Amino acid sequence: MFTPNTPKDQEEMLAKIGVSSVKDLLKQIPQELLYPALDLPKALTEQELSAHMQALAAKNRPLKNFIGAGIYEHFIPSAVGALSSRGEFLTAYTPYQAEASQGTLQTIYEFQSCICALMEMDVATASHYDGATALAEAVCACLRVNGRKEVLIPAALHPHYKEVLKTYLRYFEEVVLNEVPFDEKGTLALNSLKEKLSSGVSCFVLSQPNFLGALEEADTVSALVHEAGALLVALVNPLSLGVLKAPGAYQADFAVAEGQPLGNPMNFGGPGLGIMAAKKAYMRQLPGRIVGIAQDKNGERAFVLTLQAREQHIRREKAASNICSNEALCALNAVIYLTLLGPKGLKEVDELNLERSHRLAELISQVPGYQIKFSAPFFNEFVVNCPKPACEVVEKMAAKGIGAGYALGKDFPGMENCLLVCATEMRTEEDLKAYADALGGI
Amino acid sequence: MLKHNELSIEKSRSGRRGVRFEKAQKEASGYLPSNLLRTQEPRLPEMSEFDTVRHFTRLSQLNYSLDSQFYPLGSCTMKYNPKAYDSLSVLPAFAAAHPFAPAQAVQGSLEALYNLQELLKTVTGLSAFTLQPAAGAHGELTGILTIRAYHDARKDFARTEVIVPDTAHGTNPATANMAGYTVVNIKSAADGCVDKEALRAALSEKTAAVMLTVPNTVGLFEKDIREIADMVHKAGALFYMDGANFNALIGIAKPADFGVDVMHLNLHKTFAAPHGGGGPGSGPVGAAAHVAPYLPKPFVVKKDGLYSLEDDRAESAGRMKAFYGNAAICLRGYCYLRQFDGNTLRTVAENAVLNANYVRESLKGKFNAFFDAVCMHECVLSIVPSQMNGIHTSDIAKRLLDYGFYAPTIYFPLIVPEAMMIEPTETESKEMLDAFVAVMEKIYNEIQTEPQTVHDAPHTQCVCRIDEVSAARNPNLKW
Repeated sequence: MFTPNTPKDQEEMLAKIGVSSVKDLLKQIPQELLYPALDLPKALTEQELSAHMQALAAKNRPLKNFIGAGIYEHFIPSAVGALSSRGEFLTAYTPYQAEASQGTLQTIYEFQSCICALMEMDVATASHYDGATALAEAVCACLRVNGRKEVLIPAALHPHYKEVLKTYLRYFEEVVLNEVPFDEKGTLALNSLKEKLSSGVSCFVLSQPNFLGALEEADTVSALVHEAGALLVALVNPLSLGVLKAPGAYQADFAVAEGQPLGNPMNFGGPGLGIMAAKKAYMRQLPGRIVGIAQDKNGERAFVLTLQAREQHIRREKAASNICSNEALCALNAVIYLTLLGPKGLKEVDELNLERSHRLAELISQVPGYQIKFSAPFFNEFVVNCPKPACEVVEKMAAKGIGAGYALGKDFPGMENCLLVCATEMRTEEDLKAYADALGGI
Repeated sequence: MLKHNELSIEKSRSGRRGVRFEKAQKEASGYLPSNLLRTQEPRLPEMSEFDTVRHFTRLSQLNYSLDSQFYPLGSCTMKYNPKAYDSLSVLPAFAAAHPFAPAQAVQGSLEALYNLQELLKTVTGLSAFTLQPAAGAHGELTGILTIRAYHDARKDFARTEVIVPDTAHGTNPATANMAGYTVVNIKSAADGCVDKEALRAALSEKTAAVMLTVPNTVGLFEKDIREIADMVHKAGALFYMDGANFNALIGIAKPADFGVDVMHLNLHKTFAAPHGGGGPGSGPVGAAAHVAPYLPKPFVVKKDGLYSLEDDRAESAGRMKAFYGNAAICLRGYCYLRQFDGNTLRTVAENAVLNANYVRESLKGKFNAFFDAVCMHECVLSIVPSQMNGIHTSDIAKRLLDYGFYAPTIYFPLIVPEAMMIEPTETESKEMLDAFVAVMEKIYNEIQTEPQTVHDAPHTQCVCRIDEVSAARNPNLKW
């Protein structure tokens, strides 16, 4: 099926090698270990496989989706998938031979440029595994930059990002991770931030919006962090930057993001697209791939992987990170998406996100027993206070075909009745009304 | 004529649009205070949909790709990616699954992931698999952190070193360093395998793990693997196997039988997910029973016929990424494994080994294998500089591009001078290998008669011999 050599081919090849069977080529493997019994199910033909996968897919029950919490349902123009699924992109390798990889290299350069434009930062990498690992890598870079030992994060940081950060920092010498609580508005308790910003703090992670959907006073936070001599890592929703102030405009030192909202399907949460950008000063601290412009010997503009001295295949154990693969194809989706939208399209889609989510908040607050919990401004996601445990609400709404949101009780003790709800441009006025109606009926 | 390398931003014309959305009733300032708002439009291209389609189609055509060319890229396993999986892994019900949807609503996705975990256990013989890591190197880090959690749980805190032979993948030392370990590099023996004496000398009560790439990066199976495993275990350390090259072993041997404690697999290599220009990949990690409790959380579990993600694992190494794995890539790996059974899976490894040895033997005399032994799925060739008229491996690589072949991996592994690492993979035909060999012989002859042609290659690409040094010195990284 996927091995073209016929018995005749094999015979000729073995004769050329000078052995009589393939087994003769496997003599270095202890013979008692060769050809173990494998209890695998029957091999499927493509037709059977197709039926099997369709049957599995049919076991997923489609819900009208109002869940965000780090992965968002957005409209993806058809041209995105049509272009990125071309075999010349899909089946190319990492562009180590620049002459034979100008297509991939130029798309990465354009991706870096679009990300820098969105973020208002100087340099962006060619992508990372996902938002959580990009954040962890950025924090590790900060620790290398200033040698301080404390990392401050908001309590309202995505719980998975917190866990990943803990995993990555666990064996970083003597580094401690501390949290800054949020206040009754749903945003950072600024007094607490001020108190915790000692001279030992390496960096503060600003989540904009935070996990509760609330938008922080980024300028104020940035000023406080920099006054303490610490670095600011901004974790943003990149799609929101058509209307929201960019990390560079509030002097973030590093900016990271989950890029899935930019033209990538939800795919059960993976692959995501880790985005990382930084001020120029930290260029050589960035992990992973970066593409630059160079001249070829005829003076032509050419694209090439650059600054490779940071990378594991050159520096081995002294590398900035062990990253080897990135999420090139997801980055390709993102750059095609941004090229199709342009600045005007991005602003339009952002304003729709604002409109639909604020309309949903208004409708929900009219349902008896339900209130919008926080007063801080939000982009497309907000917390609802329910009259009963939110996980119960989620379950009952699912029975009505609605993905109601993310129940916060598991991650935020005391918030058992709180539900994080999201509405993007995908939800129509009818969807929003149906949500509020269903909520009223449970 | 339009230039081939014009940037989208150079094609941009103010006012052009590629996609339009419904108009919102209010502007952003109607919802948000002005101090949160952007004041300057981001400098993104403004192009029509047609412009965009032409732009990226043109760029795609500047790429070599597996669908169009032979990629003898050693250690990268550029094998055919079956087309069925491209559509089956992103069926709408899979693509639209939200990771936080109630488990009852995503049973199909969870069942496929669970089944994949089970199949990976079968082909490796290991007790447990996590699909969480997003790539091979991410799998390595996951595996080493799992090992660290294992030692920590036993209060064995004195183990601060990880031993890495020089035939390991380049990511291995960087991984061990990221996990807070001191890397102890050991040299391999003259036959390209682990030097057992060097290993014995390096092993101590400080050793946490030995990371072994099997088959190693010179394309050889570690013939003393059982003895090595015993030495590692006797020292109280764990045996980590880098399974990136598993297409050489799948169906013909199980790592658990070698004494492997923890290993990662690359779904984009052995299990045929496309490389995508550098990703996304997927790097599942397997562990033997005694290490399994320390794998990262969550896990896909099956209880009373219902699949779910369980993160109640007190001894776990932690979480490695948000949500659970690169599900869309895992589904491709699952499709691949469902197309084989216990009898047919071995044909993968057998043909990978056959093809590599065929290339090695066919090039003998002109380009010799550095280690003159039967190889596994890849062979490492070298050149004799005195016979090469000043031509280097990098020149040969560029000349191959002129003949329509991608270049082998060059100057790696580091222990082989002027290395060319060639991995034909099991999916290439004898005719393709013969064509490649013929071109390599032709280049050899050119080196003898017209070395300048080889030296100045490539001659047929849109750009030629890029000044990488000045690119790094004066970086231009965005428009």
